[in-house]
Amino acid sequence: MTAQRQTGEPVLVVKDVSLSFGGVRALSNVSFDVREHEIRAIIGPNGAGKSSMLNVINGVYHPQVGTVTYRGVSRHRVNPHDAAAQGIARTFQNIALFKGMTVLDNIMTGRNLKTRTSFVEQAIWIGRARREELEQRRKVEEVIDFLEIQHVRKTPVGRLPYGLQKRVELARALAAEPSLLLLDEPMAGMNIEEKQDMCRFILDVNEQFGTTIVLIEHDMGVVMDLSDRVVVLDYGKMLADGTPDEVRANQAVIDAYLGVKH
Amino acid sequence: MLYREAGQFRTSYAEDQQIFPIRQDRIAITAFLLVAFIAVPLVANEYWLKAILIPFLIFSLAALGLNILTGYAGQLSLGTAGFMAVGAFAAYNFELRLEWMPILLSWILGGLAAALVGILFGLPSLRIKGFYLAVATLAAQFFIVWALTKFPWFSNYSSSGVITAGKIEILGYVFDSPIEKYLLVLTIVVLMALAAKNMVRSETGRAWMAVRDMDVAAEVVGIRMMHTKLLAFAVSSFYCGVAGALYAYAYIGTVEPEGFNLDLSFRILFMIIIGGVGSILGSFLGAAFIILFPIFLNAYADPFAHALGIDLPPGMTSNLELMIFGALIIFFLAVEPHGLARLWQIAKEKLRLWPFPH
Repeated sequence: MTAQRQTGEPVLVVKDVSLSFGGVRALSNVSFDVREHEIRAIIGPNGAGKSSMLNVINGVYHPQVGTVTYRGVSRHRVNPHDAAAQGIARTFQNIALFKGMTVLDNIMTGRNLKTRTSFVEQAIWIGRARREELEQRRKVEEVIDFLEIQHVRKTPVGRLPYGLQKRVELARALAAEPSLLLLDEPMAGMNIEEKQDMCRFILDVNEQFGTTIVLIEHDMGVVMDLSDRVVVLDYGKMLADGTPDEVRANQAVIDAYLGVKH
Repeated sequence: MLYREAGQFRTSYAEDQQIFPIRQDRIAITAFLLVAFIAVPLVANEYWLKAILIPFLIFSLAALGLNILTGYAGQLSLGTAGFMAVGAFAAYNFELRLEWMPILLSWILGGLAAALVGILFGLPSLRIKGFYLAVATLAAQFFIVWALTKFPWFSNYSSSGVITAGKIEILGYVFDSPIEKYLLVLTIVVLMALAAKNMVRSETGRAWMAVRDMDVAAEVVGIRMMHTKLLAFAVSSFYCGVAGALYAYAYIGTVEPEGFNLDLSFRILFMIIIGGVGSILGSFLGAAFIILFPIFLNAYADPFAHALGIDLPPGMTSNLELMIFGALIIFFLAVEPHGLARLWQIAKEKLRLWPFPH
């Protein structure tokens, strides 16, 4: 079953992006777009350049060639802060939570760009700073309710099991109220129930908040069920781009995944 | 039985976000402050105030400053004493050269001067981390002491480089006796500790901790690395600077640049290691421990050794002090890196559940 979603105009356009580290070409001439409200999957074998692609989108890596255009703003070199300010949030393949902080504080950091008060006001803690902190807390609690992690909100994240940590990381990304959410293997290492929960959350985020989602995933069942369109990368090159059904029938994709007879 | 939060329901986020959400903690801290402000001045003698309580408060403030930088923002610094020296000498010069300058303002300006120097020496932190940054702050430590010695202008051309802090006068009232100085220092330290707590429990502190725990993720959620790190250096150095000014004015009276040497930086670093890295309370516990322990040892090591039938050679207690400190620091680094504050927290958690193990 493929989700039937009303998708809009392209909001993210990746054009001719090439990225290399020394002699290693991580991406070469990758171009694709992501439409408003779409769930877009990037798949490919290990080392295909999927994570590098996400890192290019939110400015952790700078491609040597090519541009990334998000909502009309085209950039060749972007830093992660600008990407976040534009409404791009993400999760990481290997959980990147702040280990020494509680779940609540971790999710609160997701709202740092919404903070208006200065550190002096926060130090004095009266009036505006206090009101703002409570307002942030209220917003964060909505995310906590949404992802059903109320019971662990005061727990240091380091003590949580893996599946919950993944969920807290999603919560931190959602707290920023992003317009584009990049998910790097949100279901890696999860059991079937945790995967089902995560699928439900991703669909709910897309539906309730209208968030555009780009996700990397290895579980083909999940990818085929969730996504509207799929980009397939292999050795940094685009193999295919299309709906799940088209991609599934594409000979190059089958070759890349299953191998070819020589 | 006493430390139970059963029946205390927090029904709003404001109640949940208090510094002390548990009623027993609020009662304890109120009682503690009452003792500090009222009972201590009534019963403490001059020796206790001058030699123990005032330095304890001042070192707590410096440790708090270092803890903001090292414990919360994760930037190791060995320049604490240097920043204290900037605060002391800047306050002295403001006071000396601008006659009208109120003393409190000169202390604040001393802190701000230290903050500026802190930002300057914090710049390397944008490129380097850990040990290499520690070496860069070590350069700050040596450079500041060197500059204050080299340019006699800072010490008003006094022949030995020693400055003598003037009297403390606020709105015509002279803070002269140890009790008055103690109360003044206590007020400043309490207010600054409160401000520090407020910072670390709001966005500023979360950004510091995020940078400490995982800088790449911090950048991706939109935290500005440069701003956050330099702010940590500035705030930390401000605290150290004010502590330095108080050290000169309310404690020692006459200071020289060499008084703010690397030894002092290490002492303050040991305070936060023993007290608790990344804890406001830990700064106070660590300072208390480092100040009180040698005094305790001096008083009781000999009688204790006698009781065991050993005669300590003269001067042994000071060596014992070094040995015990060394052992303790290794112990804390290996066993409980979060120090006394963490032990206190564990005790409280156990008490909440007592007598049930879970």
